[in-house]
Amino acid sequence: MTLGLSLGIVVGYLVVALALGLVAYRVSETTAEDYYLASRSIGTLVLLFTTFATLLSAFTFFGGPNLAYAAGPEWLVVMGTLDGVLFAVLWYVIGYKQWLIGARNGYVTLGEMLGDRFGSTGLRALVAGVSLLWLFPYVMLQQMGAGEALVGLTDGAVPYWGGAALITGFIILYVTVAGLRGVAWTDTLQGLFMLSVVWIAAAWVVSSLGGVGAATEGMLAARPEFGSFGGGTYTPGFIVSTAITIAFGVTMFPQINQRFFVAKSAETLKRSFALWPVLVLLLFLPAFMLGAWAAGTPVEVPDGANVLPVVLSEYAPAWLAAVVIAGAMAAMMSSSDSMLLSGSSYFTRDLYRPLVDANASERREAWIARIGVATFATLAFVASLFRPGTLIEVGGTAFSGFALLALPVTCALYWPRTTRTGMIAGVAVPQATYLFVVLSSVLPLVPTLPRTVLGGWDVALGLMALSGALTVGVSLLTAPTEESDASRFAVTGD
Amino acid sequence: MLLLYMTRLRSDLLWVPTFAILVAFAVPWPLWGVDRVVAGLPVWIWWHVAWLGLCTALFALFVRSGAWERGMGQRPDADASSGRDPSGSVGGDRR
Repeated sequence: MTLGLSLGIVVGYLVVALALGLVAYRVSETTAEDYYLASRSIGTLVLLFTTFATLLSAFTFFGGPNLAYAAGPEWLVVMGTLDGVLFAVLWYVIGYKQWLIGARNGYVTLGEMLGDRFGSTGLRALVAGVSLLWLFPYVMLQQMGAGEALVGLTDGAVPYWGGAALITGFIILYVTVAGLRGVAWTDTLQGLFMLSVVWIAAAWVVSSLGGVGAATEGMLAARPEFGSFGGGTYTPGFIVSTAITIAFGVTMFPQINQRFFVAKSAETLKRSFALWPVLVLLLFLPAFMLGAWAAGTPVEVPDGANVLPVVLSEYAPAWLAAVVIAGAMAAMMSSSDSMLLSGSSYFTRDLYRPLVDANASERREAWIARIGVATFATLAFVASLFRPGTLIEVGGTAFSGFALLALPVTCALYWPRTTRTGMIAGVAVPQATYLFVVLSSVLPLVPTLPRTVLGGWDVALGLMALSGALTVGVSLLTAPTEESDASRFAVTGD
Repeated sequence: MLLLYMTRLRSDLLWVPTFAILVAFAVPWPLWGVDRVVAGLPVWIWWHVAWLGLCTALFALFVRSGAWERGMGQRPDADASSGRDPSGSVGGDRR
């Protein structure tokens, strides 16, 4: 197998996805509601897969197997619990409620919804700004993943920056021409593709190792502690705080949160909800077990490389390795293009329009959005060249940042007594604190603050509690402003 | 009709602890430290796989029973095609 053929498969796949996006663009209208929400007309299969593919990024495809390889297969349980069960419950509690409210009042973004409810442009901008802040590391994560993936696939013939640059280029091109309809279509293609490919890859590797039993035996011979549940990295504190911060964080991710507004009907949301745990498991089981089983093989994983491509290049034919990498790149692309598309709507609707130019034409807004996407992706690309941490670390930081928004938002959705000041305090204080903790490792003047305490408990979990307490406490101490209107969030009767 | 709705609403409350248990025990806590291998995989992985299957089954039941709508104060039948219709709301029975 030549280098050219491997690269051809990867680039060919990206081109097909781009072509599909262009077709979608041709059938779409040019309104903002269509560009961002596909005119709220997304059906079950597409909604399910567009959410699925968006969740499944370099974090899942490379970060997950890497962690399972290094620390044991418990990662399957952590991710399955948070994504398959806790996120599904939040899908109902936050997602369905937002869908009901959004469908009544025509909201497109989280900030718009909250800004309208509390009559506050400041809150709207704050929520959008915070979201864009944490989106940055997550976009970066995809570029890091792509860079590492192509290094692994081509044995270094394509340098790290080359892979990262390739995906950045495709993402910008893609988002700027296609809009959500295109993103949703390719997400469905990519979701189905990823599911099939990861099972084929797992079957191939497992049969080379002599079956599931032999693969597990090999793993236990090399790492006996992998067999027992818990221990090592996986303390109760780690399991609980990772599951909670990521699951709540996911609901506040712009690309996921915006999905709550796009469903055609409640039926769509309901079907997706019930299918979710099994769908999630179908992907995580083979992907993470491959990582764990790899610990029992003689395969050497170099520093900074990902387990999955290394194992595949050892046990599967080169074309299959290339196809899996293409699937993973596709996952990263669909994650990134969804993120950037949602991010651009946060930027234009919640920051640019209210603060800079309220009367900008649709055409101008569309251009601002596209320039914003290109700038954001390019900056993230530059930052990704510094590789500030492992995939799991960078991703975990982003999830925790978003998780700090979840309790104030839930409070606003369910408690009419919530006030604007309560919201601003509940969002701003924990965010500022967490940002300080994260940046303390790079700021020269302050000591590096710990991210976890007492055996794996994430400080973000404590800050989440603080965000909820501040929202409720400050709301009780302050009176609702005149501009706020709790009835905007009422869904039970008029 | 209204009485039936209220009764349903009360039994719907059972979903709250049900969901709590589904989330809490998706992590196989009772098997902490257990290292038995069953059918090629550590037994606690089987627990997790079975548990997620159970979740899908119960989530489907939650949706089918109409608790999905009642939980948000919507009427199940009126919501079949679209929740945008204000007549799908419970009217005077606001909680």
